[in-house]
This record gives sequence, C-alpha cells and structure tokens, in this order.
Amino acid sequence: MATYSTNEFKSGLKIMLDGDPYAIVENEFVKPGKGQAFNRVKVRNLKTGRVIDKTFKSGESVEAADVMDVDMQYLYSDGEFWHFMVPDTFEQYAAGEAAVTDARPWLKEQDICTVTLWNNSPLSVLPPNFVELRIVETDPGIRGDTATGGTKPATLETGAVVKVPLFIEEGEIIKIDTRTGQYVSRVK
Amino acid sequence: MIDKNQYEDRNEVLYAPAPQTSWEPDASFEALRQRARMLDSIRAYFRERDVLEVETPLLSQAATPDVYIDSFVVGSGSRSRYLHTSPEFAMKRLLATGLGDIYQIVHVFRKDEVGRLHNPEFSMLEWYRVGWNLARLIDEVVDLITQAGDAVFKRKKIAIFQLSYRQSFENALRIDPHEANTDDLRKIAIGQGLEVAEPMNRSDWLDLLFSECVAVDFPRDALTVIYDYPADQAALARIKPGIPPLAERFEVFAGPIELANGFHELADAGEQAARFAAENRRRAKQNKPEMPVDQHFLSALQAGLPDCSGVAMGLDRLLMWLGGWSSLQEVIPFTWDRA
Repeated sequence: MATYSTNEFKSGLKIMLDGDPYAIVENEFVKPGKGQAFNRVKVRNLKTGRVIDKTFKSGESVEAADVMDVDMQYLYSDGEFWHFMVPDTFEQYAAGEAAVTDARPWLKEQDICTVTLWNNSPLSVLPPNFVELRIVETDPGIRGDTATGGTKPATLETGAVVKVPLFIEEGEIIKIDTRTGQYVSRVK
Repeated sequence: MIDKNQYEDRNEVLYAPAPQTSWEPDASFEALRQRARMLDSIRAYFRERDVLEVETPLLSQAATPDVYIDSFVVGSGSRSRYLHTSPEFAMKRLLATGLGDIYQIVHVFRKDEVGRLHNPEFSMLEWYRVGWNLARLIDEVVDLITQAGDAVFKRKKIAIFQLSYRQSFENALRIDPHEANTDDLRKIAIGQGLEVAEPMNRSDWLDLLFSECVAVDFPRDALTVIYDYPADQAALARIKPGIPPLAERFEVFAGPIELANGFHELADAGEQAARFAAENRRRAKQNKPEMPVDQHFLSALQAGLPDCSGVAMGLDRLLMWLGGWSSLQEVIPFTWDRA
C-alpha cells in the first residue's frame, strides 16, 4: 500500500480518507517554535466534490489513493453514461453523470479529455484546456464593433452559455478556455 | 487581462512552478530597504546599551536533540556537521566566560519547515541579559520592537497585552490547560470544528488548540506576550516549582504570529543533560535519528552560567508584521523554492 508523508503534501496529491479518495487543494504548514508541527489541509472529495478541512500531525503518513489520470477520447453520451476510449488500446470506459458534471458544458465528441480513474472506474473528467465550439444562438452581431469591449451571451452546441464580444455571429466557431469558461478567440 | 478570481478553484494554475526565467527576488525594493533600516535600528539599539555583537559557528559537531526541531546534516570527511537551529549553545559558552551581555543576528536552519510563515533558512536575533529577570527582558523586547517599527515605517504606539498561558486558554476556550486531560482537549477541538487525524497526545492537542483557537484571536495590531508555560514545554527554561510547576518562559506574538521566545535560562548542567537525554529518547521512539549532545555546552554550564535571561526573535516575521506584508515571500529576497 502506497503512502505519502505530510512532507510530500502539495496541491493535487490524491489521498484516501475514511474510505474515499480526496485531492489536496491547499496545504498550510503550522508550527509553534517549540512544539508539534501540523499540516492543515483543504481536501476535495473526488466522489462528491465537497471540500473539507483536515489537520494532520506533520510526519504522519496517509494512504495514497489509487487514482490515475488517463487521456481518453470522448465518444458519445447515451443520456445515462458518457463513453470514453483510450486511443492506443481502444479500451472503453463509461462515466456516470456525477463524474462529468463539471466537464459537461465543454464535452465535444472526439476531443481528448483527462479521465481520472479510481480503482479503474471513472471518477471525474477534465476537458481539454481549450475547446472549439459552434454558437447555436446569440443576438445578431454589431458589424465593425471590435473596440468597445462590450459582451453578449451566446449559447453553444453543448448547451453552455458564454459571454462573447458583440461582433460574433450565430453559427461561428469560437475557442473557449475551459478553466475559466471564457471566450478566447474566434476560429476561422 | 486575466481576472484572478476566476482561478479561485484552480489552485494548480496559480501555484504552478515559477518559470526558469524568474531569477528576480520576490521581495520588493521597498521591503528590502525596510529590512536594512530594521537591521540598522537593532544594531543601534544594542550599541546604545553596551550589548556586544558576537558571531558563533553555523556548523557544529553537535545539534539540538529537541524532538520537534530537525537539523540539516552536512557531510564533512568522516564526521557529519550540523547547521545550527539557533546560536543558543555557543552563545551560552560565551556567557559562561563572563563576557557579559551579548547579541547576535544570524541565519539559522530548520529542516522541513516550509510555508507562508516558515522558511527553512531564516534570520534570527538572539540576545542575553546577565542578571535580568523575565519581566525586565519582556519590557526590552517591546522597546526594541517599537524602535524597529519607527525605523521601518513610522507607526503609532504599539499596544501590548500580557497574559499567562492559562489565562489565554481560559479567555478563548474556557478551560484550564494545566488541568484538562486528553479527552477534554479532544472534545474542545471537535467543538471548535477541528477535523484532526489522530493519534494525538495531550501536548499535541495543547499545541494545536493554542495555535488554531487561542493565538488566532490575538489582536492584529498589538503585541501579545504569553508567559508561565507548562513545565513540559520548558525547553531550555528554568522551571518554577509549584502546583502546577511552570516554565520560566515567555513568547511574544505579533497579532497571531509567533515572533519571539524567551527563557530565564536553565543553568543546571545535570538537569540540562537529563533534558537532552529525554529528548533523544523521544526521538528514538519516533524513529528519528538521535542527535549528538553538545558536550562543550554542558561543560560550560558545569563551569557556571551567570544568572541570565535570553530571547530569540524571528526577524523576517518581525519585518513582515512591521511593514504590513502578508507572507515571508514578500520580505525575503529568495525563499526556499528559489534559493
């Protein structure tokens, strides 16, 4: 069984707590000059997404979560499951709704996503940092207005709504930063 | 332009490793100039009072056996040397010669202590006053900080609060830290919403409750002095007999941040040797390497340490507080990750 010492704690590390896999979000070292040191961490439950605080005595060990990030191609959704495939091996995985909650607005067929597997089943899905999606609905563009910096809402083919500059037209394909949910540029 | 708030839930983005090209200091010119003024004012303070500046070795053949402090080991021929975690032992050897009042400004090293308020290499001011009691030394600490505050950044008068370790727990948590047992402390911690991975012993709980529930509420713009520590937290302080016995030790907090630690110095060579041995036994129990005890220091105590009080202060944290900065990265030119 792999373990991590509190010395190795850093954001992103995956550990087991009370039977659930967690990712460390934040790690703060607390120590009185003449006393026991502690690591005060914020951890995110990878099943529920809930963030909790936990304090560990520095120097203690914690069980590592058998969590693996694998790049997979998004194939399709049948409404109940979202299906992914490892391109090299053609191995397929079905992710439930909880696993795709955050990624859903950005999932486009054939895009390569990072799927987090816990004990070999999908726990969460991270979309690519940038996706290109078609606008299916937005107010008509204001021709020539590229300078005022105003924005309007636009609905994408996945159903996500993002703010776009006023000159963007319905039917155009735009590039989005999925980490911020912000419009980056228009795609020719 | 990137709105940083957008990244709130994406720490990995903000805390990504600095690119290779960022060779410049994290600390601003303003912080570095404040540091120089602070050091100047401290040296002037001691010059006016005839306290002698000294220098002692950074690399020693012995190390502190304190179970909570780990020394860096440096290879040197067949025998290892240890980077000092404080100049205490060597300065006490000087005191035992009858040199009189002394101070030192020096970098010290503590393994694995990295965080917003910790850098494994940090700047320490340590000084000793012969024939002084703790109350007098506490007044001097406050006086020195006030003067350094004027030098760094003209401040209003700094407010001071003094209370015993017991009072501080009674005020914050309504318990007597000398009486409460492990179960009482655990219940208090849970009641305060602390989620703690056990096992924790009684003194672990006290340390955690003190920093998380007591010190956090110390007034931000004031100095808080805590005295009369439990005897098992005495380190190198004398112990006043009584029920309970209390350590003749104080700590100074700037807001919630621990700034200085002072002792009425233990002078009994036999008791000192016994405390070192006890710490080494605790190390062995925790599978930590035992440390070679400083025999020169014990010999100096045997020869006779004058009755004295001494205090060590973290200068990076002092600057952080006086200048209104929020992390050590803002006042140390190159912190651990970029040193």
